[in-house]
Amino acid sequence: MSGGTSNFQSNSRVVNWIEHRLPIFSFLDSQLHQYPTPKNLNYFWNFGSLAGIVLVIMIVSGITLAMSYTPHTDLAFTSVERIMRDVNSGWLIRYIHMNGASIFFIVVYIHIFRGLYYGSYKAPREILWMIGIFILLAMMATAFMGYVLPWGQMSFWGATVITNLFSAIPLVGDWIVQLLWGGFVVGNPTLNRFFSLHYLLPFVIVGLVFLHLWALHMHHSNNPTGVEIKDEKQDTIPFHPYYTIKDMYGLGIMLIFFAFFIFFAPNYFGHPDNYIMADPLVTPPHIVPEWYFLPFYAILRAFTSDYWVYQIISLGGGLMSAKLAGVIAMFASILVLLLLPWLGEVPSALPLLLLGVRDRLRHPRMGRRPAAGRRAGHDRPVVDVLVLLPHHHRCAAGRHPGAAETASGQHCCIGYQCTPGGGVRL
Amino acid sequence: MKMKKTLTAIALGFGILAGAGNAQAAGGGPKPPTIDWSFNGIFGTYDRAALQRGFQVFRNVCAACHSLDLIAFRNLEALGYNEDQVKAIASSYEVTDGPDDTGEMFPRPATPADHWPSPFPNEKAAAAANGGAAPPDLSLITKARGAGGDSALRVSLFHPGGFPLGADYVHALLTGYKENPPEGFELPAGKYYNEYFPGHAISMAPPLGEGIVEYEDGTAATPEQMSTDVTTFLAWAAEPELEHRKNLGIKVILFLLVLTAMLYALKRKIWSDVH
Repeated sequence: MSGGTSNFQSNSRVVNWIEHRLPIFSFLDSQLHQYPTPKNLNYFWNFGSLAGIVLVIMIVSGITLAMSYTPHTDLAFTSVERIMRDVNSGWLIRYIHMNGASIFFIVVYIHIFRGLYYGSYKAPREILWMIGIFILLAMMATAFMGYVLPWGQMSFWGATVITNLFSAIPLVGDWIVQLLWGGFVVGNPTLNRFFSLHYLLPFVIVGLVFLHLWALHMHHSNNPTGVEIKDEKQDTIPFHPYYTIKDMYGLGIMLIFFAFFIFFAPNYFGHPDNYIMADPLVTPPHIVPEWYFLPFYAILRAFTSDYWVYQIISLGGGLMSAKLAGVIAMFASILVLLLLPWLGEVPSALPLLLLGVRDRLRHPRMGRRPAAGRRAGHDRPVVDVLVLLPHHHRCAAGRHPGAAETASGQHCCIGYQCTPGGGVRL
Repeated sequence: MKMKKTLTAIALGFGILAGAGNAQAAGGGPKPPTIDWSFNGIFGTYDRAALQRGFQVFRNVCAACHSLDLIAFRNLEALGYNEDQVKAIASSYEVTDGPDDTGEMFPRPATPADHWPSPFPNEKAAAAANGGAAPPDLSLITKARGAGGDSALRVSLFHPGGFPLGADYVHALLTGYKENPPEGFELPAGKYYNEYFPGHAISMAPPLGEGIVEYEDGTAATPEQMSTDVTTFLAWAAEPELEHRKNLGIKVILFLLVLTAMLYALKRKIWSDVH
C-alpha cells in the first residue's frame, strides 16, 4: 500500500521482536495513524466508517441471535418469539439486528450519495467504487435472506416472489429456482439454505470491505473540492487523532438515531404481517419488500406486457417476457453504476443525483401500491436509469471544465435547463 | 454547521421515508381512531389495573375461542399478581401431559411453567367449531395489525397524517360492530358487520356485550371500558418487554447524548490547530 509513511519506533523489546517478524505495528501506524487524510473533508465523509461499524454491529448481534434461532419452518417463528420473550435481553439483540439492517442501508445509501455527489468514483478510484457496488449487491442479498428467517407472512411471500423472478431467465431459470428452493416450493430446505447463506455472506462483505479499504488507501480519500491533493504536507492531516475523533463524534450521533428506533419505534421499518406466522395457503393483500428495496421493486413491477418501454426493448414482445425485462431492468439499475466512471468525465454529478434522489423518493410509494393501482409514473424509473442517466452524464460532461472552477460558458442539451451557477436542471 | 443540518435532514428524511407505518390498508374502511394508551410515548407504561381487568375479559370472553400460545402462566406476574396468585390461576386450568409410564396421556392442573392452554385441540377443530375460520391466536395481535406494535414515531411518507397502532385497530374492531349494515351492503349469512374489519364481514360475533364481565375491582364493565382493558392486556401479551425497553432506552439515549457532547468537545479541541 502506498501512502502513509511510517516512522514507527518502539522502545519495547517485545514490540520490536514482533515487528521484526511481522511488521504489523508499522503497518497499523502507517494506515490508521499517520495515514494522510485531506483536511477539508466534511461530515459526509463520516459514513464510510459508520457503515463499517454498523457491519460489525450486525455481525455480532447476528451471531448472538443465531445461538437461539431455529431454522425450521415449524419452529423458526416461535424461536424468534422465544428470543423476544425468554432469552435474556433477546428482544434487545433482535431489535438491534432488525433495525440495524435499515440503519445499514440508510448509512450506505448516504455513503453512495456522497460518492456520486463529490465524484468519488472518478479516476483513479474506479475499482474502489466498483467494489463498493459489489458490497451493495452482497448487502442486498444478505438483507433479503435475513428477512426470510423469522418465517412470517412477508418472509414467506417475499421469498416466493423474489425467488420466482429467476424463473424468467431463459434455459436455466427453472433449474436456478429449484436450486434456490431446494425443492419445488419455498419450504424447509429454502429456509435452511437461506440461513446458511445469510450467515456466510456478511463475511464475504467483510472481505470486500478489506479490498474497498485497500483500494482507498492506494490513493486516499478524495475531497469536497474535487481537486486532488497536490501538497501532502499542507493539505492533509494524520488520520489519528483528527479523523478518529471526528468519526467517534459522528458515531455518537448515529447511535442516538439508531437507539431511538431500537427502543421507541422498533417495528417502524417493518411490516405487521411479519408477526403472522407464514401460511402458504393465505396470500397477504399486498406483498411488499422492506423499504430499502422499494425503488427496485417498483422498477420490477413497472414491466408488464402493455408497458411501452417493454414493447420497444422486446421488439413487440417477441424477444423476452415482461418478467425477464423487469428483472433485467432492476439489476441494470444497479449495475449501470459500475459504468459510472466511464460515462464521461463528470465533475459534478448533480443532475444524476437530482434524478436519483427524486426517483428514490418517489418509487417507494409506487413499490408499495397494490398491483392494481399502477400509475403512468411507473415509466420513469426505467427511462431515467437506462436512458436519461447516461445522457445526463454526457451532457454534464461537455459543460464543466473542472470541479474547482464553476462553469462559465455553457451549452445546454435538449430538454435541460442550465442554471446560472453552472448546475444543470431537468 | 450547515453540513450538519443537511445531514440531520437527510437522516431524518430517510427515517420518515422509510418508515413503514404499514397501517392495515386492505379492505378500505375508516381509519381507526388513535387512542391515548397508557403505554404510548417514550415514557409509556402499562396501566396495571387495566391489565388485570383486561386479563379478566380475556379469560372470560376471548379465551373461549382464541388461543394465547406465547404466554405462560408465569408471565402473569408482570400484570401485578404475586407468585401464589399465579399458581392459583394456573391450577384452575387443566393441561394434558404425558405420556406416562403406561404410555397414556393424562390431564393435570397447570403450573406457572405451562403455556396458556388452547381452547381447541388443533386448528381444524377450531375452524370446525367456528364456521370454517379458525380464530387467530392473540399473542401477537397488536403487532400483526396497524403499524406493527408500539411506536413513538407515528408519521411516515406513506402516512403523513399519522398512522394507527395495532392497539388502536384492535380497540376499534371490538367496538366497531353495527347492528345494521349500510344500505346496499350484502352481509353473508353467519357474518357480522364491522366498520373496521377489512371487507366489513367478520365471523366473530360482537364479543363485548354490556355486563358480560363483572370486574373484580368494581369498575363498570361498559363495552368501551372492556375493549380498552382487553386491548391493553393484548398489547402487553404482544410486547411484554415494552416497559423494560423504554426504561432502558431513556438511559441509553441520555448516556449517548452526554457521550456525544463530550466527543464533540474533544473533537473541537483536537481540531483547534487545523487551519
